[in-house]
Amino acid sequence: MIALLIRDLQLAFRAGGGFGLGLAFFLIVTVMVPFAVGPDAAGLAVIAPGVLWLGALLACLLSLDRLLSLDWEDGSLDLLATAPLPLEGVLTIKALAHWLTTGVPLVLAAPVLGVLLHLPVAGYFWIMLSLLIGTPALSVIGTFGAALTVGLKRGGLLLSLLVMPLYVPTLIFGAEAARRGALGLSGDTPLLMLAGISLGTIALLPFASAAVLRVNLR
Amino acid sequence: MSIWEYANPKKFLRTTERVLPPLWLASAVLIAGGLIWGFFFTPDDYRQGATVKIIYLHVPSALMAINAWFMMLVASLIWVIRRHHVSALAARAAAPVGLVMTLIALLTGAIWGQPMWGTWWAWDPRLTSFLVLFLFYLGYIALWQAIDDPDTAADLTSILCLVGSVFAVLSRYAVNFWNQGLHQGASLSLDKEENVADVFAYPLYVCMAGFILFFIVLVLYRTGTEIRARRMSALLARERMSE
Repeated sequence: MIALLIRDLQLAFRAGGGFGLGLAFFLIVTVMVPFAVGPDAAGLAVIAPGVLWLGALLACLLSLDRLLSLDWEDGSLDLLATAPLPLEGVLTIKALAHWLTTGVPLVLAAPVLGVLLHLPVAGYFWIMLSLLIGTPALSVIGTFGAALTVGLKRGGLLLSLLVMPLYVPTLIFGAEAARRGALGLSGDTPLLMLAGISLGTIALLPFASAAVLRVNLR
Repeated sequence: MSIWEYANPKKFLRTTERVLPPLWLASAVLIAGGLIWGFFFTPDDYRQGATVKIIYLHVPSALMAINAWFMMLVASLIWVIRRHHVSALAARAAAPVGLVMTLIALLTGAIWGQPMWGTWWAWDPRLTSFLVLFLFYLGYIALWQAIDDPDTAADLTSILCLVGSVFAVLSRYAVNFWNQGLHQGASLSLDKEENVADVFAYPLYVCMAGFILFFIVLVLYRTGTEIRARRMSALLARERMSE
């Protein structure tokens, strides 16, 4: 499992792995928002937590179709499926690698982009914390979507259509925690719910992902 | 005699051909009767005026929007566990019906909401969760259409339906947390003191029964169509093989 994790991370970091892509997308989405809604600082401060969460979600979504399709194309996914490692474990590691290469950079970049959006001072801690707790759920749910659409030729758009509704609860609780934090309130309650969703999906969803991947590899 | 006998497509088709005409008739009579009763023979509400009568479309369609998904969930489970093809096809047949029911509920709600709430749309928990349900239907149908192999499609969509159900329930409670409601609470409960007045309730029950029958009729009919389509493609494939 550790070997697989290292392999996935190396593939992502080295040339052509598209490591910075999600991060760059996050940056560009956030930068486009003031152009769309106007440069008014007070207005931006109100929507900043939501925009950061939505940007992180879209950046995650963008990188999902690379999650399994490259391994599918060169056949290494078939090898992994026949390896002694259970497929559930393989997909958990894949989701972990996706989180390490996409989720963690997003968490680290969020405060920098928060400056651009005039995020209130109290909000920095909460946006980082909520993203740190919430992005694993995004990766795990996304792995399920990627496993569903891996064999399809035009899977990209369909993947978004399938995964977005599944992201709704995560987005609601994550953005709510960040919003409350930015207002100077305590975001404990939504944060606990968010943690519940993350832990629940990490525990259960790999089984569903493995089931659909087995169907697709049949 | 058990319910699993209907997993045989031939038996299923033969039975549905017999029961469909009376069911069509019954659902048409119930819906027409309920709507005419509701629209022309009930008084206007003292505060809502004539707009209250949209309830005869709104409530039954909302009821079926949720129960169509529930029926798809049960059918998907049967496919996953016992692998009866008719079950998978029934789930496939129900999805567009559920989608349209959700759309009717959302649209009639908007039409009623404009004069009553003064807005076409509010981010109310019930409205929002119906919108999310609408998206789930879209994704489910799109996945069915994207995959060529019927068995693979049935497997993938049924697992999507199972996972989607969990997330639909999660979303329902999440939006409750996220915004306060404008939508009135349930007013047709058995265990509550105050419900819809009987004058309005009786035609509503007729309409609900009509919609339930109408849904069953549509699903049976569409399942039959799916079975025949599957049979056609099998025949065509066999013909190509023999050439």
